[in-house]
Amino acid sequence: MKKIKKIKIKINGKFLMINENLSLSFFLKQLKIPLQKVAIELNQEIIDKNKIKNIKLKKNDKIEVVHFIGGG
Amino acid sequence: MLTVAKKNFNSRLIVGTGKYKSMTECAKAIKLSGAELVTVAVRRVNISDKKKPLLMDYVDPKKITYLPNTAGCFNSEEALRTLRLAREIGGWKLVKLEVLGDKRNLFPDMIETLKSTEVLTKEGFKVMVYCNDDPLMAKRLENVGACAIMPLAAPIGSGLGIQNATNIKIIRSQTKLPLIIDAGLGQASDAVIAMELGCDGVLANTAIAKAKKPFEMALAFKNGVIAGRQSFLAGRIEKSIYGSASSPITGII
Repeated sequence: MKKIKKIKIKINGKFLMINENLSLSFFLKQLKIPLQKVAIELNQEIIDKNKIKNIKLKKNDKIEVVHFIGGG
Repeated sequence: MLTVAKKNFNSRLIVGTGKYKSMTECAKAIKLSGAELVTVAVRRVNISDKKKPLLMDYVDPKKITYLPNTAGCFNSEEALRTLRLAREIGGWKLVKLEVLGDKRNLFPDMIETLKSTEVLTKEGFKVMVYCNDDPLMAKRLENVGACAIMPLAAPIGSGLGIQNATNIKIIRSQTKLPLIIDAGLGQASDAVIAMELGCDGVLANTAIAKAKKPFEMALAFKNGVIAGRQSFLAGRIEKSIYGSASSPITGII
């Protein structure tokens, strides 16, 4: 059986090992992130949420997922 | 009615959503305050604890307008990044810019604030700007496209109330933009004073959230803003160092 290769990425400051060739949209869905309530940055660039299906995650990618919280 | 960037709000009170004990408490305080515009912060989603309650589940952005705020940003770059992300969450263009310059007194860094206002306005944002109570800087913000001027009453969260009423009056006299007192209020009477100075609105967070009874204070601020506005429109009497009897002199027995 072919072994799935793992890659290291960083999301919201935490390192994670994930399967290679995952799309950003699949990855965020796995994490159960409510996409309509967040904004996403990939390597410091804001990503259009409609296009995340076409983005494949690469080694050392840095993802930031933000939402609104209480503040003054 | 408060009008900012051609959008109308029934209340002249804006409230912050930070520092409450719970989301439920925050939501109830907003309701009691009558505010239709609330400030929110942009922060990382908690990846490991997905059960953490989401603000949007308690305060419906379809009913209450969210005003994304750059609280916690200390330079233009951080503030721009935060508000661009906020816009991406769901089309928010009306934003509150706050670029701080000092961690202790939380005074705004006006050089960075001015730069950011200009960039954001060019990108199509409607920028309500937290600033110090300096009339010259307020004018500069207006010149680069700010949609509302939001001078502090006193340092954020200090509860000191309006420290420089004269400057607020000068800013009022020079601008037709919405003038909203932001930060430093401690109790409802501070909101009354702000409105009596001719301000268009007041923003309060800590004064309500950290009051012994937040719900009562939310209501007090609501009434304070209404009373202050009515008092301003009614027009105060001239001050005199001498007394003036209220009852007629004629017919005294």
